[in-house]
Amino acid sequence: AAGMFLRLLSDIQWRAAHPKWRRMTSSQRSTSTSAEPHPVSLPAQAQVVICGGGIMGTSVAYHLSKMGWKDIVLLEQGRLAAGTTRFCAGIVSTARPASIELKMAHYSNKLYQQLEQETGVQTGYMKTGSVSLAQTQDRLISLKRIASSLNVMGVPCEIISPKKVLQLHPLINIHDLVGAMYLPEDALVSSANVSLALATAASRNGVQIHERTTVSHVTIQKGRVTGVETDRGRIQCEFFVNCAGQWAYELGHSGEEPVHIPVHACEHFYLLTHPLPQPLSSSLPTVVDPDGRIYIRNWQGGILSGGFEKNPKPLFTEGRNQLEIQNLQEDWDHFGPLLSALLRRMPGLEALQIMQLVNCPESFTPDMRCIMGESPTARGYFVLTGMNSAGLSYGGGAGKYLAEWIVNGYPSENVWPLDLKRFGTLQSSRTFLRHRVMEVMPLMCDLKVPRWDFQTGRQLRTSPLYDRLDAQGARWMEKHGFERVKYFVPPGSDLLDLDHSKTFYKPDWFDIVGSEVKCCKEAVCVIDMSSFTKFEISSTGDEALENLQYLFSNDLDVPVGHVVHTGMLNEKGGYENDCSIARLSKRSFFMISPTDQQVHCWTWLKNHLPDDSNLVLEDVTWKYTALNLIGPRAVDVLSELSYAPMTAEHFPSLFCKEMSVGYANGIRVMSITHTGEPGFVLYIPIEYALHVYNEVMNMGQKYGIRNAGYYALRSLRIEKFFAFWGQDLDAFTTPMECGREFQVKLDKGMEFLGQEVLLEQKQNGVYKRFTMFILEDHDTDMDLWPWWGEPIFRNGRYVGKTTSSAYSYTLERHVCLGFVHHFDEETGEELVVTTDFINQGEYEIDIAGQRFQAKAKLYPFSSLFTQRRRKDEVELSGYQRE
Amino acid sequence: FYLTPPQVNSILKANEYSFKVPEFDGKNVSSILGFDSNQLPANAPIEDRRSAATCLQTRGMLLGVFDGHAGCACAQAVSERLFYYIAISLLPHETLLEIENAVENGRALLPILQWHKHPNDYFSKEASKLYFNSLRTYWQELIDLNSGETTDVREALINAFKRLDNDISLEAQVGDPNSFLNYLVLRVAFSGSTACVAHVDGVDLHVANTGDSRAMLGVQEEDGSWSAVNLSYDHNAQNEHEVERVKMEHPKSEEKSLVKQDRLLGLLMPFRAFGDVKFKWSIELQKRVVESGPDQLNHNEYTKFIPPNYFTPPYLTAEPEVIHHKLRPQDKFLVLATDGLWETMHRQDVARIVGEYLTGVHHQQPIAVGGYKVTLGQMHGLLTERRARISSVFEDQNAATHLIRHAVGNNEFGTVDHERLSKMLSLPEELARMYRDDITIIVVQFNSHVIGAYQNEE
Repeated sequence: AAGMFLRLLSDIQWRAAHPKWRRMTSSQRSTSTSAEPHPVSLPAQAQVVICGGGIMGTSVAYHLSKMGWKDIVLLEQGRLAAGTTRFCAGIVSTARPASIELKMAHYSNKLYQQLEQETGVQTGYMKTGSVSLAQTQDRLISLKRIASSLNVMGVPCEIISPKKVLQLHPLINIHDLVGAMYLPEDALVSSANVSLALATAASRNGVQIHERTTVSHVTIQKGRVTGVETDRGRIQCEFFVNCAGQWAYELGHSGEEPVHIPVHACEHFYLLTHPLPQPLSSSLPTVVDPDGRIYIRNWQGGILSGGFEKNPKPLFTEGRNQLEIQNLQEDWDHFGPLLSALLRRMPGLEALQIMQLVNCPESFTPDMRCIMGESPTARGYFVLTGMNSAGLSYGGGAGKYLAEWIVNGYPSENVWPLDLKRFGTLQSSRTFLRHRVMEVMPLMCDLKVPRWDFQTGRQLRTSPLYDRLDAQGARWMEKHGFERVKYFVPPGSDLLDLDHSKTFYKPDWFDIVGSEVKCCKEAVCVIDMSSFTKFEISSTGDEALENLQYLFSNDLDVPVGHVVHTGMLNEKGGYENDCSIARLSKRSFFMISPTDQQVHCWTWLKNHLPDDSNLVLEDVTWKYTALNLIGPRAVDVLSELSYAPMTAEHFPSLFCKEMSVGYANGIRVMSITHTGEPGFVLYIPIEYALHVYNEVMNMGQKYGIRNAGYYALRSLRIEKFFAFWGQDLDAFTTPMECGREFQVKLDKGMEFLGQEVLLEQKQNGVYKRFTMFILEDHDTDMDLWPWWGEPIFRNGRYVGKTTSSAYSYTLERHVCLGFVHHFDEETGEELVVTTDFINQGEYEIDIAGQRFQAKAKLYPFSSLFTQRRRKDEVELSGYQRE
Repeated sequence: FYLTPPQVNSILKANEYSFKVPEFDGKNVSSILGFDSNQLPANAPIEDRRSAATCLQTRGMLLGVFDGHAGCACAQAVSERLFYYIAISLLPHETLLEIENAVENGRALLPILQWHKHPNDYFSKEASKLYFNSLRTYWQELIDLNSGETTDVREALINAFKRLDNDISLEAQVGDPNSFLNYLVLRVAFSGSTACVAHVDGVDLHVANTGDSRAMLGVQEEDGSWSAVNLSYDHNAQNEHEVERVKMEHPKSEEKSLVKQDRLLGLLMPFRAFGDVKFKWSIELQKRVVESGPDQLNHNEYTKFIPPNYFTPPYLTAEPEVIHHKLRPQDKFLVLATDGLWETMHRQDVARIVGEYLTGVHHQQPIAVGGYKVTLGQMHGLLTERRARISSVFEDQNAATHLIRHAVGNNEFGTVDHERLSKMLSLPEELARMYRDDITIIVVQFNSHVIGAYQNEE
């Protein structure tokens, strides 16, 4: 079978070292091959069917087969590696901002390096290194931040001077450069050949590969994949993997039950030239000039140069499934600005002759991160696509994580930032995708400063108060399509200036947020928190309680009207979700989770709750507007509006009661604020939202009420050492590791998910510990601000990374939260982290290469809690992420 | 003293407006892609007006240009009111009843029109109540009439034009207790305005014209060249039929005095117009209204002056001529413009300039390297040159602006001469009117795909 599939590959340029295989070149494209009938019929069933024979599909097949799975069929509508993979520029670079992406790229590089030896297929792997140039100081800061991350991961990386750049690459004009980042281990490789090598290895391990076989749709029964229909018949299967690249969206929509995969293609151009008179060395490093929006690599003695223009051309919005993407037009006028940037960077290339301008569509996603994981609606339906033009760099690592996910039920790293379930149907509109990818593609090169937001595809989900808040100066950010207030610009402020407060240093809104924080501490503020995910779970009997007791680590068998903060843990004790649950009645519960949990949490519950008609799970997110009243005077405002006493004796902390506010009845009031400050959250049926808001603002006037935004909330929660799911907490973090043992009831009288691991950790200790750092010698006005992802050093040795940070207006210091590990000095092995280990260390936080002293704390400053109530029930959880 | 190119642009672009028909999920299902409009004043203040709106209770879009004379009051009023009269005329009986009931019971009205206005296109707040009451009387009459027949667009347009002119006339005769409004309705009635209005609904294009503004269809021939099709007749002395009509309506004894120096009664250029009660009312009525009117009116020499040889009024009507055209895929755009444009440019040139402008956006000859030996430097030079050339053409984002630039700045070779443009635009107010008239242009771009699909259906 291996010989057969390789014969079908005859038009792709590759050379096999295996003696049995003939050498073939692209010139030998045989017409008879394509007319030939399919000699091998499809199997009637398989365990896994993979659709897509590009780098993703072959990498998944390779890794699955490596993990011992053999019963795998890979289907490709055209020929292997003939889509985007074939046109890929061939650059493998580890210079990635997000840690999970960096890990994938690092793994890919190592994999490709040994692939030729493993498979005998020549991959053209060449370790050339790469140089990322900075034309501005801000760009250099962003490169330094990446360099810090790479260094602690053990990836060689260096910030170099412009002079050093010239030594690495003689053609570069360095006059406008302020510095650069050099990664000596970055490589060039032929992506089509990598894909063929992976396919060869997979095929040797038993994977069946069928080309020119089109999947028409996937059949799903009772929420499970049952098989695929192809133009050559049906294959029954347990698992389906959609690696269809830019066709993934349509393949997802082809079945009766759609699987929403938000990807959209854009044209991508690069230039090939003839060789220079003195051909360029094939070991010359790849040059990335993000400020010029271009990359340049050596190619057969000449160069290959492409880029990410400001005005991308999205295509296939109408969804024509074009098998042949070869026919796309070259567009020189469109490429003009990139050509200018190229000649500015390498003026010596003027006389170089053009060979071709290649138009190679790439698929992009709404948030610039790739998409992997299992469909929320169809079990066994996996997806790996949307590589945002970094498919080759991610291919190896992404295929590995997805294979682990299929085989083990979870990958070996936290891949939540890439999980398909971070999106819902709301990101699946073609218009939304078209507009968003037009913003995403230029962003590949744009400088990304802290707190940047997408500008397209906005105002999709809004609170009923949106216009009111907007008219009062609200500035907005977006989460899961929902508009949320960052802060309120006071009347008379210079608006234009504030909108351009994009900086790595102290931002312009510093004082604005400061005054909102002050108001939360001294009077009362109102924050619209309607975006939170809200579920109701109820049953006719005790099923709701019984099932929730199993799925949540805290004890939910509390008196009616109590609110419980609890983790929703996986079997490894890690946080799948962190939420607040109010017991509304004996048999019904109200659950509040972070905004972006809407799909993930729903899927988790659906998959874990028994199929029992007595048990009803309902998403009521859209039914309620949530107003968070934070501050010592919240109690006064609310009691005046409800004619009910709201003091701690009558309405203790972590309590929930339906009451009237103004004329509106049935408002769910909870004594939580997600900040540790006193106050309440009001869950208001949406038709009352405006009324209640107006009442609160009118009544609040005499107590000094004002609007506030999420930046104030974040500052408050971080100075109180509150971890947020999605930012600080993930599926690899247990309550024991973040000081939340008090939210775990190991003795609640029944078994719950993750219990074993937690018991074990309680006995033997934990291997990482959530820690709060107060920056000591950091000048808020002059120094770079921390963001997240900064390396933490203990006694000069790397121990972990920060997960969030904020300026504390109370402490007048920056606070970073992050995890401390204990690596053995000799072996690097992870050891138990004890309280002493945390307390007996000198800490530093590395911000873009500059280290700042920090004081580590395992508990928040008690002085920050103005009112302590029931000692064990001080609200120690917030959970939405910013 | 010359204006710099940016100064010229800021003058030309001050009043430009563009509207793109919103797409639904990436598709535009309307036969109209959008329109560009602009106006360049010569009078101070400008006496031209323009309007554009989408009918919300029936299908279709309305666009119109209005050329005022003897002040801008009449053109202003017509630009605010005419589309409401047309929309009401098009409404089915049930909708009229629904609207009347809503007003009767103080409920919110169904929105009738969605306006597409430049910020400078203002509506008179003071007169809105008065205008509304007149409009309401009109629909109440329509309800009482209830012909039961489906509304014919041609008839609706004619009725609306005539009715509005009638209301303008009546409001001036009745007057208003509020002295500001009283003066306003008189100024509206004593000034005049032409109107050229297009109604586009699918492939049905109706143009109703009163006066000497003009509607012209831009057609792309099979060989790619451009030709112009008139969709209106000018109502002025150059139009034999129009002269004939006027003569028919009056005794033979007046034949010589009716049209003198190419003007109606030797005074008025357009032969049809709104307002202009001096050419419609009897002498007695004019005298009575002027005398009982406010002092400002009495002191105005124009209003007191009675046209010579004024024996058998009315001499003037607002009744439009309506032309119906079924849109075809080769019909690419429609130009509505006041005579300020047409007296400087031939319609064939207008068709060519707009056509090339509109298609230039889409059909620029792409460069292909093919088998040629081209270096990066040569390609860069070529692209830079192309960009420069494009940017001069596309200095204008708006087809109407582009047309005005040509109308004002064209030299004898038919290309824009910056020096000439600069001179024309820097003329002092009192001189400007000598060299050019107010120009108002709307360019409507059609959606050939949708029009083609309609054709295939039929």
